Amino acid sequence: MPDSSTVVRQIRFHITRYNPELDRVPYVKTYAIPVREGMTVLEGLHYIKDNMDSSLAWRYSCRMGVCGSCGMLLNGHPTLACNTQILHIADRELTVGPLPNFNIIRDLVPDLTPMFDKHRSVKPFVIRADETEVNEPAGEFYQSPEELEAYLQFTYCIKCGCCMAACPTLATDVRYLGPMPLAAAQRYNVDSRDDGRRARNQVTGAAQGAFRCHYAGECSRACPKGVDPAKAIQHLKRRLVLDYLRLARRKKPCQKLHGPGEGKPLPNIPAAPGKTVPGDSFPNLPERSP
Amino acid sequence: MAEIRRHDNRLGLWGWLGGGRWGVERYAYILHRLTGLGILLYFLIHIVVTSLRAAGIYLWVEGEFLHQPIFRFGEFLVFAAFAYHAFNGVRLVLVELGIAVGRPIEPVYPYRTSLNVQRPLLIIMMILAAAFLVAGGYDFLGLGK
Ligand code: SF4
Ligand code: SF4
Ligand code: FES
Repeated sequence: MPDSSTVVRQIRFHITRYNPELDRVPYVKTYAIPVREGMTVLEGLHYIKDNMDSSLAWRYSCRMGVCGSCGMLLNGHPTLACNTQILHIADRELTVGPLPNFNIIRDLVPDLTPMFDKHRSVKPFVIRADETEVNEPAGEFYQSPEELEAYLQFTYCIKCGCCMAACPTLATDVRYLGPMPLAAAQRYNVDSRDDGRRARNQVTGAAQGAFRCHYAGECSRACPKGVDPAKAIQHLKRRLVLDYLRLARRKKPCQKLHGPGEGKPLPNIPAAPGKTVPGDSFPNLPERSP
Repeated sequence: MAEIRRHDNRLGLWGWLGGGRWGVERYAYILHRLTGLGILLYFLIHIVVTSLRAAGIYLWVEGEFLHQPIFRFGEFLVFAAFAYHAFNGVRLVLVELGIAVGRPIEPVYPYRTSLNVQRPLLIIMMILAAAFLVAGGYDFLGLGK
């Protein structure tokens, strides 16, 4: 097992710095820090902030690859700082920059607002005619495991923006929706509970939509969660073509099981075993105040 | 609140061309764009040159300007661009219709993406393009004579 308590070597962090109130353009500042086995880039940034330069700014929250805040350009690759061990990508030197294709707010903090605006524009939520059923459900929708698999991969997106930073099309066309919003559109389009594909087609099939993508595949290569947005976009294009040619089968969104206990169990599933603890499940819990 | 200044960090053309650490599909993408633009440029020049006949200028007949070896080679480049663009285009049509990218899967690290799924198609198309190029080179560059 590698020893994570001792310093392995010094690594020079070349970090992009930019203070909008003082600097006209970003510049690079270098910090040499002692690196231990298993140390992440995020920990390296903390070391610098704690010991060398308290003015360094970056964005992070969960420090475990879940919140999508810490996307950065590490040695030229857009990826998560918390999910990347320094010694896995650097021998002696490591460049750390903000995600490109976004404006820089300060140092390593990109302005992700345009991405979220585009995300909102594709209506990333379940759309159904029976809206009350979505907002105040009286039961569960029925969805088979196969139907779940059709979109599950695309739900793993944490909106980190790494794919947007990697996309060469987005590099020259700011108005292109980009991989994350398009993958999100596909995620809802193929959700069997959803009936909003045609509404989304207005956005995803427009001039700055899916057909701007020419499958450079960089988004899928960059994605730290294995979402494979390039795959989502190509499936999205196929549906757009079929819809345009009126060749797509019209499918009704899935129906719900009415109320708890109303679903019929499959015949080959044995009944649940009886209670092993007598009485109420949690008799000693205090009443919860509303 | 005062408007905070932002620094524009869009990569622009460098985003296409700064391909030092990127995958083969990105190079295919760049080459597809460049060959497309090249073929378009050739098409425009072609129209201009042939329209010169209205002024009684025939640059392409035997012994004329366009029979210098450099133009022969230029023609071969156009052919090469066409061969690449056509074969890579077939791959893109298949990929963009969602045929050659595979179904959604559960992402398990190390991730296998649609890039891995369509890679054999890329390789086959590049072999076909290369075979086309060799055959064309034989003819265009007079290697067969
Ligand atoms: S698709 Fe991947 S890279 Fe893009 S925002 Fe989602 S998690 Fe990040
Ligand atoms: S596959 Fe499409 S969205 Fe993804 S990087 Fe390439 S051009 Fe951009
Ligand atoms: S800090 Fe949350 S993803 Fe890195």
